[in-house]
Amino acid sequence: MLLAGAGQHVYTNADVENGARLYSASCATCHGPRGDAVRGVTLLSGSFRRATTDDEVARIILGGIPGTSMPPNNYSEAEAGMIVAYLRGAARGGVTATTGDASRGRAIFTGKGRCATCHNDTSRMAPSLVDVGIVRRPLEIEQALVEPSAEIHYDYRFVRAVTKGGETVSGRLLNQNSFSVQILDSSERLRSFDKNDLKEFAIKTTSEMPSYRGVLDAQELSDVVTYLVTLRGHR
Amino acid sequence: MTTMKIARVLFLSCLLTASVAAQVTFDRLLHTSTEPGNWLTYSGNLQGQRHSLLTQITPANVKNLELQWAFQAASLEKFEATPIALDGVLYTVQPPNDVVALDGATGRTYWTYSYKPSPLARPCCGRVNRGLAILGDTLFMGTIDGRLLALDAKSGREIWNVAVDGARAEAGFNFTVAPLVVKNTIITGPAGGDFGIRGFIAGFDPANGKEKWRFYTIPSGGEPGSETWTKDSWMHGGGAVWVTGSYDPDLNLTYWGTGNPGPDWNGDSRMGDNLYSDSVVALDPDTGKIKWHFQFTPHDEFDYDSTQVPVLADIDWQGRPRKAMLWANRNGFWYVLDRATGEFLSGKPFTKVTWTTGLDAKGRPQHQVTPTADGLVVYPHLAGGTNWYSPSYSPRTGLFYVPTWQDGHATFTKGPAEYVEGRSFIGTFPTGTTLSINGTQVNRRMPGEGHGAVLALDPRTGAKRWEFAMSDITDAGVMTTASDVLFSGGREGYFFALDAKTGALLWKAPVAGIVQAAPMSYAIGGRQYVAIAAGNSLYSYALRN
Repeated sequence: MLLAGAGQHVYTNADVENGARLYSASCATCHGPRGDAVRGVTLLSGSFRRATTDDEVARIILGGIPGTSMPPNNYSEAEAGMIVAYLRGAARGGVTATTGDASRGRAIFTGKGRCATCHNDTSRMAPSLVDVGIVRRPLEIEQALVEPSAEIHYDYRFVRAVTKGGETVSGRLLNQNSFSVQILDSSERLRSFDKNDLKEFAIKTTSEMPSYRGVLDAQELSDVVTYLVTLRGHR
Repeated sequence: MTTMKIARVLFLSCLLTASVAAQVTFDRLLHTSTEPGNWLTYSGNLQGQRHSLLTQITPANVKNLELQWAFQAASLEKFEATPIALDGVLYTVQPPNDVVALDGATGRTYWTYSYKPSPLARPCCGRVNRGLAILGDTLFMGTIDGRLLALDAKSGREIWNVAVDGARAEAGFNFTVAPLVVKNTIITGPAGGDFGIRGFIAGFDPANGKEKWRFYTIPSGGEPGSETWTKDSWMHGGGAVWVTGSYDPDLNLTYWGTGNPGPDWNGDSRMGDNLYSDSVVALDPDTGKIKWHFQFTPHDEFDYDSTQVPVLADIDWQGRPRKAMLWANRNGFWYVLDRATGEFLSGKPFTKVTWTTGLDAKGRPQHQVTPTADGLVVYPHLAGGTNWYSPSYSPRTGLFYVPTWQDGHATFTKGPAEYVEGRSFIGTFPTGTTLSINGTQVNRRMPGEGHGAVLALDPRTGAKRWEFAMSDITDAGVMTTASDVLFSGGREGYFFALDAKTGALLWKAPVAGIVQAAPMSYAIGGRQYVAIAAGNSLYSYALRN
């Protein structure tokens, strides 16, 4: 089977598999298994800061980026191409097998499901999902819908704190160290607290997002997943 | 003041005066305790103790420390070097391989030596350097493109610059470690254990960079130890060197820790113990011949490099004095060894450990687990219970101080590994890690996902005396002083001081970035300074005047 190439190349599934092997044996050392371990770089999103075409990506893989920690690599051009194939393939979520109806899913997303209440372009408390079809596979999206607390992305962990003055604060955890914590509170204010001034502080282990198990039926869930997979906006 | 005391002061000040213009002889390196105002080798002394004998800064007054100057490196690479301090001048490395000489009182630059490494250089984990060595008027540095060079300490002029035999940058060899001077020999070894190099420790002539001897950390076919490798797997067996060793003049032995076997996370092609990976080796510094070895992690499949500073301490062991070596290992155990013989005296976990059920009477791990194709969760994290971060030993408290990662884990998955020159030779990179080995100032971890801590360990009893826990993890080394102050830092962006006896936080100062280096101390004109690299700058503190 051929996967359509986003650049000027066409790749086979074997290319993608070989690329995945090369990626995990080398690139993942720094870039991490999900391609997001280097700050500001999201390799599996399929879009790159310093390259647009497949050839440009391959050139960086082979030659490195002088003056940065990205070293040159001893691959053949064909192998570099396989890594590009993997990055591009991963960005498209591989071969997707969604069976729902995207337009019905969209209607549920904005209507019955009330997803858009939080997942919209302006919300600061939930991811916008504008490119969720690139960064998540259909199975992961479905899992997040029915079991949102199973894996909470560290960008969307929420805290609950009570100050010694008696104020209860909740919000999104932005950062913390031994002495202080930084949050975006429920009124969307950026706030920093000295941990000594808190009598209670906990990171929530449940997601702010409700589970849609039992709320949407199987067909509706499939429709929503199918719709979300179509969201491939660029970062 | 008694006559005797006056005489001693006069004698000391004569020594100090004389030393101003004097070259750094090896005798001075042997007796660094007589000139605590200087910091003449990576760990402050040849015993690897990172313990300053300066006492002006105390637990009582450390709160009055104030920043004297900051030197901002023209580099965004990780700043890992410990400066050398000689008669008021600091020598350090602006990563990757520029050398700078700074006035220790003002931070102003005397000179900069710029070195552009070959674009073929491919260090695994950042274009870093951990520091210099000095002998005579000459500074020595290894480069990330496989070279060793010598500079004139007064002018920064290059004296020689040699390609180390076989240490080809394109094959993954790179020098990141601060060399060690023993007598008239410059000792160093290459990193590159994730590229399937065959590691070595080598001695060089300070006059011209000529190699005097070489000890391969992985024996070749037929040599003793080669039977611990399947067929010719020793050829790409790793055993890299990237943290400075130590030296015992009485035993005339130099000690070095060695890195992981290659490939890192799949040992199927290298069945056996894989000597001398993940070991400490005791070498004769005149010949490079091995006297003894102790392997911490036989047949490692978790990347538990034993690249830690060998800390030499003379301790009371079961009622009699013992020449010991203290070693907190990346594998999560801390060891006390006899440094004359390599005999195992004790070994205890200092963090959660699941890769083995424990150590036997000789220190050998029992029932080691192995990564699976589906992935296996193992403690410690792939970056270890500790790593290259310098520990400290204080002869005053008798305690061993170690920067650690507590409760870190990773999922290790066995995958294929094929050696191709210049490529990562590792198996499959572990997944599911919650602790970034690349460094970040953002911490959104749940409790239980791992954190950093400085531990005070008692080598005589094996007990943990105290623990200073951080919310974030740490890549910072530790230094103690003879006034019982402990300095360290971490990813939280603070440089801080603890009471070495109790672990109480005495002082902290924000620094602009992660501390991924170890502190050192020096004195100028009777004033004690403490310096630390953090973020992309070097900071120096002293008591408010």
